[in-house]
Amino acid sequence: MRISGARMVIEALKAENVYTVFGYPGGAIMNVYDELYKQKDIKHILTRHEQGAIHSAEGYAKVSGEVGVAIVTSGPGFTNAVTGLANAYMDSTPIVVISGQVPLSLIGTDAFQEIDAVGISRACTKHNYLITKVSDIARVFKEAFYIARSGRPGPVHIDIPKDITAQLGDFLYPDFVDIPTYRPITRGNREQLEKLINAIEKSSRPLLYLGGGIVQSNSSGLIRQIAKLTGIPAVETLMARGVMGSENPLLISMVGMHGSYAANMAMSEADLIISLGARFDDRVTGKLSEFAKYAKVAHIDIDPSSINKLVDVDYPVVGDLNFVLSEMVNLLKGFNSNKFIDWQKTINKNDQLHPLNYDKSAFILKPQEIIERVGELLRDRANISTDVGQHQMWSAQFYPFSRARQFNTSGGLGTMGYGFPSAIGVKVADQNRVSINFTGDGSILMNIQELMTAVEYNIPVINIILNNNYLGMVRQWQTLFYDDRISQTDLSMQPDFVKLAESFGGIGYRVETLEEFDKALLDAIDKNIVALIDVKIDRRENVMPMVPAGGSLFNMMLK
Amino acid sequence: MSSKTRRHIISVTVRNESSVLSRVAGLFAGRGYNIESLTVAPIPNEEFSRITIETIGDQKTVDQIEKQLNKLIPVLKVVEREDFIEQEIAMAKFPVETNLAELDALCRAFNGKISIISENGIIATISDHPIRVGAFITASSRFSPIEIIRSGVVAMEP
Ligand SMILES: Cc1ncc(C[n+]2csc(CCOP(=O)(O)OP(=O)(O)O)c2C)c(N)n1
Ligand SMILES: [Mg+2]
Repeated sequence: MRISGARMVIEALKAENVYTVFGYPGGAIMNVYDELYKQKDIKHILTRHEQGAIHSAEGYAKVSGEVGVAIVTSGPGFTNAVTGLANAYMDSTPIVVISGQVPLSLIGTDAFQEIDAVGISRACTKHNYLITKVSDIARVFKEAFYIARSGRPGPVHIDIPKDITAQLGDFLYPDFVDIPTYRPITRGNREQLEKLINAIEKSSRPLLYLGGGIVQSNSSGLIRQIAKLTGIPAVETLMARGVMGSENPLLISMVGMHGSYAANMAMSEADLIISLGARFDDRVTGKLSEFAKYAKVAHIDIDPSSINKLVDVDYPVVGDLNFVLSEMVNLLKGFNSNKFIDWQKTINKNDQLHPLNYDKSAFILKPQEIIERVGELLRDRANISTDVGQHQMWSAQFYPFSRARQFNTSGGLGTMGYGFPSAIGVKVADQNRVSINFTGDGSILMNIQELMTAVEYNIPVINIILNNNYLGMVRQWQTLFYDDRISQTDLSMQPDFVKLAESFGGIGYRVETLEEFDKALLDAIDKNIVALIDVKIDRRENVMPMVPAGGSLFNMMLK
Repeated sequence: MSSKTRRHIISVTVRNESSVLSRVAGLFAGRGYNIESLTVAPIPNEEFSRITIETIGDQKTVDQIEKQLNKLIPVLKVVEREDFIEQEIAMAKFPVETNLAELDALCRAFNGKISIISENGIIATISDHPIRVGAFITASSRFSPIEIIRSGVVAMEP
């Protein structure tokens, strides 16, 4: 039977087991929306901005481990989606974004709502396609989903001209992908791995440096096993929060610019750093020339280009962490787990010397205590998303994460406005858990229109605004490095967040004490509708410790 | 790792598709790698093309370039080595009054010939190793060339 290109898009999504898509229609994509209307299998969630759609798809992907899907129209629909693509690219999140395009015959004529979409997305996708034949649709979709989820995952963009979605053709969805030029290496080199095991045996201060790749490859169980087998302590990057579990005695804490004293000291003093799915980001290493000077470095990653990019690596292993770590578990059986006791003691001493900490006040709430409170009340029952800024770092520092995929944040791009829409995607993917978004008074306004989406589809995200009346993170830098010249970061002018939430049909709370906060949170969970909890916090609280940008990791400001 | 900056030739085998050149060029621009020259043409009777890139950088940068190129989906193979057999074409246009015998002798010394003589000038074409192409350009300066173009390098593994 011959079907339209638009119908093929629907059939391809079904073949990929996609049952929820986020999107926003427009002229060039209308054929696809018409087919969406005619069917019942795929649920479409109409976000109120294309950026929201892409972030929702990303939140969905991060929590479920499945490919998230978003659909937008040509021109402004697509350009609104670009920040979302870039965010997914930097965080290696598997999403597929489908955009409409002007008809093939009009491409290149500056037609209405024409923009060179693949030209723009080339720089911020793992791969992209402009479909020029209706007979290519099936293959392109099959490839797109495969590329998005395999190897080092990432966003794939498919641009489809309007006349292609109108044309008829035969549809046969391929069973296999065959891309001779794309064969991600999955199994690590055994010899290299044995050398690494050898190095572990010889080391006295080894350290597991855990990155987002562990989450992506579902390897957190294996990492916990390896840590337990060997007694090697671990630090987590922002993207790896939850991998070890906050209760794990071998987890030091987060590492990097706002990592704990003990974690950063461990990185600086280790004699063997074993990087697992991490990429030596400048927010982690601090000044490169001073980074881990005394350490040998092992790097296990699926992406060969991550290895030796910034730090010279002594033991490189290219492969899927899940394969490599399973093998490591076998090779490490019987390892003396007491071997590194002295090293563990040094680390614990450091941690007691300068634990992650803050001063409470009798007069004003501290952001950290709100995060800890949510942790006490909800623990594993919540998935935690964040926006970008101080509140993001406090969330990463103080929430007691218990599992991988519990934490969803914009790491690589640092996109304000990511939190709320992505928390919508999180809730859609994992309906049995509370979806919390820790946000700031600045960030929340960057995609506030998604209140309407959350109300319409009854997606009860709870936004906790840690309200400091500032673009706090920038204000902190101004205070510390620009003599407190508060240039354009004072957000004293604010909406009434309670009324704002209510005007959309959600619920709003304003709280100034812990008791009020508890009540608001429990009420919001109980009411099960989208909420804004506006928490007045200490305006001048800073995120500490802090490694000033470009400084050495071991030179932390502690107060 | 050596940080010595030198000239490198990178040979890239890619699937024949319209967007592939912009992917490769975009990668160089986006990551701040430099392109001294670039040539591209389809490989006869195959669905692949060969791109030859001449770049200047230290070994670490060139290793990164190779890996980043390999990450592009339509890239089949990336080869970088010092012992490529290299070849390049140069064309130069000289004033009509140039001494033909002398110019012809120069061209022959560089695997070349005089391609055309017209009222606009004399066009000479040579084809040689890129270093010798450079030598040709220096040597030809005494004939006051009006215009010189180089093709960029093609390279084959020995
Ligand atoms: C889209 C975007 N624009 C600008 C920035 C730069 N920036 C980083 S943090 C920050 C302040 C965020 O303020 P808020 O959301 O109130 O969070 P706080 O730091 O106060 O907790 C800004 C402006 C950014 N990360 N993203
Ligand atoms: Mg703020």
